[in-house]
Amino acid sequence: MTDPNTLSHLDLEAPEKPFLDANELVINMGPQHPATHGVLRVILRLDGEKVLGLECVIGYLHRGVEKIGEHRTYTMFNPYVDRMDYVAAVSNGLGYCETVEKLLSVEAPPRAQYVRVILTELNRIASHQLWLGTHALDIGAITPLFYTFRDREEILKIYEKYCGARLTTHAFRIGGLQYETYAGFEKDVKNFLDFFRPKIDEYEELLTTNRIWLERTKNVGSISAEDCIALGVTGPVLRASGVKWDLRKAQPYANYKNFDFDIPIGQNGDTYDRYLVRIAEMRQSVRVVEQAVGSIPEGAVMAKVPKVIKPAVGEVYHSIEAPKGELGYFIVSDGSTQPYRVRVRPPSFVNLQALDLMCRGQLVADVIAVIGTLDIVLGEVDR
Amino acid sequence: MGQILQYIQSYLHSDQTPGAAGNMFWVLVYILLVFAGLSAAVIAMNWLERKILAHMQVRLGPMRVGPHGLMQPFADAIKLLLKEDIMPAEADALIFWVAPFVVVLAAFTVFVVVPFGPTHAITDMNIGILFMLGVSSLSVLGIVMAGWASNSHYPLIGALRSSAQMVSYEVAMGLAVVSAILMTSLNAEGTGTLSMIGIVQAQLAQHEWFIFKFFPLGLVAFFIFAIAMVAETNRAPFDLAEAESELTAGFHTEYSGFRWSLFFLAEYSAMIAVSSIAVTLWLGGWLRPFPNLFSGATWDLVFSWFPGVTFLLFAAMCFFNAARMPKHPLFRVQTIGLAGFGVVLALVGLVLFIPAVSGRIEDIFWFAAKVAGFMYLYIWYRGTFPRYRFDQLMQMGWKVLLPMGLGVLILTASVALLQPILWHP
Repeated sequence: MTDPNTLSHLDLEAPEKPFLDANELVINMGPQHPATHGVLRVILRLDGEKVLGLECVIGYLHRGVEKIGEHRTYTMFNPYVDRMDYVAAVSNGLGYCETVEKLLSVEAPPRAQYVRVILTELNRIASHQLWLGTHALDIGAITPLFYTFRDREEILKIYEKYCGARLTTHAFRIGGLQYETYAGFEKDVKNFLDFFRPKIDEYEELLTTNRIWLERTKNVGSISAEDCIALGVTGPVLRASGVKWDLRKAQPYANYKNFDFDIPIGQNGDTYDRYLVRIAEMRQSVRVVEQAVGSIPEGAVMAKVPKVIKPAVGEVYHSIEAPKGELGYFIVSDGSTQPYRVRVRPPSFVNLQALDLMCRGQLVADVIAVIGTLDIVLGEVDR
Repeated sequence: MGQILQYIQSYLHSDQTPGAAGNMFWVLVYILLVFAGLSAAVIAMNWLERKILAHMQVRLGPMRVGPHGLMQPFADAIKLLLKEDIMPAEADALIFWVAPFVVVLAAFTVFVVVPFGPTHAITDMNIGILFMLGVSSLSVLGIVMAGWASNSHYPLIGALRSSAQMVSYEVAMGLAVVSAILMTSLNAEGTGTLSMIGIVQAQLAQHEWFIFKFFPLGLVAFFIFAIAMVAETNRAPFDLAEAESELTAGFHTEYSGFRWSLFFLAEYSAMIAVSSIAVTLWLGGWLRPFPNLFSGATWDLVFSWFPGVTFLLFAAMCFFNAARMPKHPLFRVQTIGLAGFGVVLALVGLVLFIPAVSGRIEDIFWFAAKVAGFMYLYIWYRGTFPRYRFDQLMQMGWKVLLPMGLGVLILTASVALLQPILWHP
């Protein structure tokens, strides 16, 4: 029996193991499975219902986004990043645009910065809503899904009005915004905030004190802060383990330093804490958007960026706090119009490493809960 | 010919169930009626569950097939019957074939003893409740067979889960049932009964439904049963055997088309069956509510209007929704259909006001209304609760419900013994 606390990688075909162990059952969960959030394949080794170990098989949604980047100009590659974490496309776009801006040493004008913050934070809410709905659905509560999707619709409507797209928005350009905001943008956002604040209470009413929800999430998939750091886990998962690490505060980008908001953290690092952290993050996002929407400055939405982007030879790494964790872009420029190399550090991919550690010794039903609580998007894991 | 007619007519003056009277003709009629009623109830449940759940979840549910999706269950049934009959190549063909029939058989057979009224049951057995519990637990056999014969991992786990679950909840369920049966023996002779009709008549004789008896003992026993029966029927929040997000569909993952629809049919009729047990044991079966508070001939008359009023309300709902239908030629057929459905309901409602009819129907109405209440609870649970985990489910069954059931049983027995000494010296 392997020690559940070691990070040693499990070997499903260890030769010294007996060929047929009556106590062991190997189950192939996915890639077509209702609860693996896309095309994740998990090979589970079970003793009855208990998980002895598991292995993730990824790559079913690999589209070679990074390689595509080497054959597109900087501007042409911009829409591709939206397709990685498709439920938080705006965050992806923000990370990419800021990275290239860093490479070019330009900065987006203040008005663009404010609108970027509003759209990104709205996207964080939308992403967390989708997470909450599907996570609760995995645990068997089917109703929250419809509540969250109903409210997420309002955010998507704002996106649609702003740029015509709902999901893969391509909202930003290198150096600013893709479009000037539409008339009534601020009013729409404010209306949404007023509409959305009571809705968070509604979600909480269904779940936070629900006895079964507590039993299903407390002490499930616990992960310590040390393990999180060792595995490179970021985002709400890290914060739920008690580490106050949020790039919006730690390495302020965009103009997050102008806004007043808290970083919610948990203590136990279990599924319930991650739930609470994400719920609290929705409230904080509402706070940020509220501050930003009231003070959007006038001015241009695009900085002076050459039509043909041709950065000097060099490399740059820039990361932002995406809804799921640290989303980093590493871009190497060889001085041409196309990046020499684009490397993405997707939060879901890194967080997924923790799945084995979090699931060992738990039950099959907990694997589902943990996959849900990690909030992975396979588009981002496989790229 | 005359003899046959006489044989048929001879039952009409009997105050027994056809089975107990030994009249085969009426037994067959009742079997057909129960079977038809049950199928209709399952169809109605299918539609209602989808509609009610949808409205709980801020969506509309089926809206396209017929007005407000009323014909959706029929469309589904036709679709299921027309689907290809798939049997996995590696499945154990015989067991795979038999399993759904075992489940359906178990689910339908229990209705032999369900008392819809003092004479409205197929038969009255002196071991009625025992028969019901015994036969309804046979369905676990079918589930294990289905899971095993599918020769696949998910169904196997689902079957194992459900057998463990049903076996452990049956214990608590049995204890709760025994404490209710104890209460039937609180009469002059001191003899209890296991007959389903006898249990209701005991509640009638004691002027008290067993849910209120020895407050709160009857209530606790009822709650134990109410929880255990949800687990017994594998419904949310205890639907681990078919936990969609974990085991895709549990024991019936490999089933499709007609065979799958048999499992569906069995699940819903099992729900109705266990609800009938709960209604019979604790909620006074076919007896009308508030017999003590509102007694007398006037109130009897008022309560006899309830079936008619209910149908008229349903009819009014149909008319209201027909009036709200979009005034567009495309919706004309739907509007007429809904209004027509309302007219049928209203006519049925009016017929139910005829004393001769309502006298015969009232028992069945109250029984069905109580069972419908349980059905609503089932849907409500499904809309609100997340799913229990397997170990938590077992813990709840063995560590919470079982001791509680034992305690309630012992307390009920003690109170029943002490009652004549302490309160009626």
